[in-house]
Amino acid sequence: MVDPNVLERHGLKPDEYDRIVQFLGREPNLTELGIFSVMWSEHCSYKSSRVHLKTLPTGGPQVLQGPGENAGAVDIGEGLAAVFKIESHNHPSFIEPYQGAATGVGGIIRDIFTMGARPIALLNSLRFGPLDAPGTPRLLEGVVAGIAGYGNSIGIPTVGGEIAFEPSYAGNPLVNVFCLGIAKASDIIKGVASGVGNAVYYVGAKTGRDGIHGATMASAEFDEQSAEKRPAVQVGDPFMEKLLLEACLEVMRTDTLVGIQDMGAAGLTCSTTEMGSRGGAGVEIDVSLVPQRETGMTPYEIMLSESQERMLLVVKRGREAEVERIFDKWDLHAVHIGSVTDDGLLRVKDRGAVVAEIPNRALTDQAPVYHRPMAPPEYLAEAQQLDLDTLPPPREVGRALSGPANDALMLLLGSPTIGSKRWVFRQYDHMVRTNTLNIPGLGAGVVRIKGTNRALALSVDGNGRYCYLDPYRGAMLAVAEASRNVACAGARPLGATNCLNFGNPERPAIMWQFARAVEGIGAACRALGVPITGGNVSLYNETDGRAIYPTPVIGVVGLLEHADRFVCRRVQGPGDVVILLGEGRGELGGTEYLKLAYDVVRGLPPALDLDAERALQALVVALADGRLIRSAHDCADGGIAVTLAECCFDTGGVGIEASIDQVTVGRDAGLNRAAALFGESASRVVVSVAPDRVDDVRSRAAASGVPARIIGRTGGTALRIEVDRKTAIDVSVEAAERVWSTAIDKHFVKRVA
Amino acid sequence: MKFAIVVFPGSNCDHDAYHAARDVLGQNADYVWHKDTDLKGADVVILPGGFAHGDYLRCGAMARFSPIMREVQAFAGRGGPVLGICNGFQVLLEAGLLPGAMLRNTSLKFQCEHVHIRVEQTDTPFTLACRRGQVLRIPIAHGEGNYFAEPEVIARLEANRQIVFRYTNAAGAVVDDANPNGSAAAIAGLCNETRNVVGLMPHPERACEPVLGSADGLLIFESAVAALKTGVLGGSTRSALEAVG
Repeated sequence: MVDPNVLERHGLKPDEYDRIVQFLGREPNLTELGIFSVMWSEHCSYKSSRVHLKTLPTGGPQVLQGPGENAGAVDIGEGLAAVFKIESHNHPSFIEPYQGAATGVGGIIRDIFTMGARPIALLNSLRFGPLDAPGTPRLLEGVVAGIAGYGNSIGIPTVGGEIAFEPSYAGNPLVNVFCLGIAKASDIIKGVASGVGNAVYYVGAKTGRDGIHGATMASAEFDEQSAEKRPAVQVGDPFMEKLLLEACLEVMRTDTLVGIQDMGAAGLTCSTTEMGSRGGAGVEIDVSLVPQRETGMTPYEIMLSESQERMLLVVKRGREAEVERIFDKWDLHAVHIGSVTDDGLLRVKDRGAVVAEIPNRALTDQAPVYHRPMAPPEYLAEAQQLDLDTLPPPREVGRALSGPANDALMLLLGSPTIGSKRWVFRQYDHMVRTNTLNIPGLGAGVVRIKGTNRALALSVDGNGRYCYLDPYRGAMLAVAEASRNVACAGARPLGATNCLNFGNPERPAIMWQFARAVEGIGAACRALGVPITGGNVSLYNETDGRAIYPTPVIGVVGLLEHADRFVCRRVQGPGDVVILLGEGRGELGGTEYLKLAYDVVRGLPPALDLDAERALQALVVALADGRLIRSAHDCADGGIAVTLAECCFDTGGVGIEASIDQVTVGRDAGLNRAAALFGESASRVVVSVAPDRVDDVRSRAAASGVPARIIGRTGGTALRIEVDRKTAIDVSVEAAERVWSTAIDKHFVKRVA
Repeated sequence: MKFAIVVFPGSNCDHDAYHAARDVLGQNADYVWHKDTDLKGADVVILPGGFAHGDYLRCGAMARFSPIMREVQAFAGRGGPVLGICNGFQVLLEAGLLPGAMLRNTSLKFQCEHVHIRVEQTDTPFTLACRRGQVLRIPIAHGEGNYFAEPEVIARLEANRQIVFRYTNAAGAVVDDANPNGSAAAIAGLCNETRNVVGLMPHPERACEPVLGSADGLLIFESAVAALKTGVLGGSTRSALEAVG
């Protein structure tokens, strides 16, 4: 019987060990145990999440590739496919921010070009602790530099993303990276191994001892000793990846490949078993042939290494020389390390001697699946209670200079979560490839597709605070917001990818949050017609037993058939009519306003009527397509007041005068006013319209059943908002923009002693 | 006329330069692999942006050893117009085709944003179509674009009118706030003494279509076309330009 300490170090439970013995009909050796441990880790096997993920909608006429491959793909017309996926690199980024984030970008880029697609855009979704807490600026700086260092070098623009700062992420930042690529729909390549006798090739960086047990690390909680896990974080080499990218795309243009897969988590182990399993074949390799960076590496180490920038290829028999010639051109060496067999086994040899022999399916399809116990978290019932009448009136909260509403607006605009992210995105090359029509900070990223009139809009969104208060509704809102952002660019949403960041699934409360969030994603994706084509689950996001807010992040990709009809958040000049599509109900539960002004995180997140949301998004897309609107911006964090302010930013100071309705949420008039201004009711979009198009917009809205109300006009140099005909906000755009644009920078200003 | 775009393994703006020359400008363009030894009869050579060989040493430091660079040197020596953009500029510095060196941006960060540059000299094959003093809005995207040269070198560049572009504000004034990376003398671009080799950090190929936020960069490419239309190529570009007046 194996030493229990050895099992524990491998993250395997005793009953899992018994299953291994059953599958093999004998005790595993250490190499086999290592292989099982990484393939059965949460990170690779999805053993806790799989039963829930199966409920997600994944089909649709536009879906060319659903979950289960390296990335998903949707049809974007003209014979082309959009290939995309989101993935987390949370744990490595906490331990080593620069390399953790950089290798996250490297991994997601490989997932995309592995499918035969040229990567054309990146996004990221980041979560940190409060920016004024010690340590956060260093983490933010490292993560952003890592993303920039990798993406910029390869020449893939980072065209958008989102960042939020919340105490729950202080010990466990989130780094989710998204990549989009374009392929000919007919040329999509899969990660399969088949055809007995076909050659298995290894290409790319040499294998070292870095990252051994990275997948197992990503499946454990953090504690004070986590910093000692540094050797399990890999080091990225973007130049190597660039060579791999170009060489692989060149090889793919020939028809020499059967399949290809990158070596990500669990490296050589995962790629060989998954490719074999998908193709219903076996794979045999000899680790002594694997190029090695260090001497004396054991088969165990070679199989488990997570060295970056490596690919596994299955080449058609007789075509080996063609493949080798292309890699030679790029100064890469394609090494023949094994072949495809028909016995369904992963067979690992070392100088000819068998050192591991495991049925592929035992490592993949037959890996453990858990129906983990679930129970609503204890905090929930209490946290959902919000009695606004117990709050002090807003006038006693603000350090008002010119009125509490003005003050609250400035507070919101100056918070790093709402404020401008320019400090971040100017470090990302967001223009390379000359396709970026909408640069970061102006709404969804929009990239044109050269050679067509088309463009794609992409957005990633998620609100952990909402999900903390109601994971079902919060997850629906994340789908709705990502999809709405894409619609606001004028694009019809086509598909989605999800990155599910949660705590320890062995705790029933966390598992309940996870299950409810997945249900919410499913409901919203079904209603909005955006199937999930792939994604990633990151569990065990806890430090010292404290979990992060449950944080599903949703990436949505949408299509503009006419690239020149895209719209962004900025108003285009004075004299346009400002129209609110949708209705505000003054919902304050879980808002930025309550958090910033009152330090209160309570209540229910905004309600979401999926039918209304679908109608709204379809309307906005139709209005953009008909060139009836000149800007569009969704109402989210900070409510309509922040939305209107953002419509004025980056315009050279064009103002808006608007008037909105009063809402009644409590006894205090000031709080009612704040609810109208800063409530975060969903399914709302502010559009600006040339005066001669207003009737057209209103009649189309009426036909769609979407409320449309003229709330103001663009012009002047101030943002003025009346609530119930009384001026509530009156600030110069210049002053507001100054506060907003320095929200992050101000935390990095060097202090002179 | 034909543009040759040199492709180092880590070039990543090669497609963009190609697109600008071929699709936007309607000229002939071809990629030339860095291991090639033939410029394929090109009239203009572009060294595009990127990270030529990963640039873990100094930007562009290894690129000068690529076989194609001998051809580029010879082409430049014959007076052929050569444009180095961003990493291409860094390669020209490392190859000794232009004087000076690049340091890290004073911000110590990669910076990607639109900046303004003023055209200081119009008698080069890449500024012929510009007006002297014209302010162009063109993006930068680099981490090491802080131009450095000894004061006597800067003085010589000034005396020889080799400073082709300077960072300015939108009104064309050289002010500290408008210098994005700390470059000496606000230098954004240079030419050699014979004026046929030009390097600049900003990316004109990213500013060739209004839909991308600016089309000012097109002037750089149009200049090359105009310079070549004068008919004197392969000889001295200077005489060609003098012929235009």
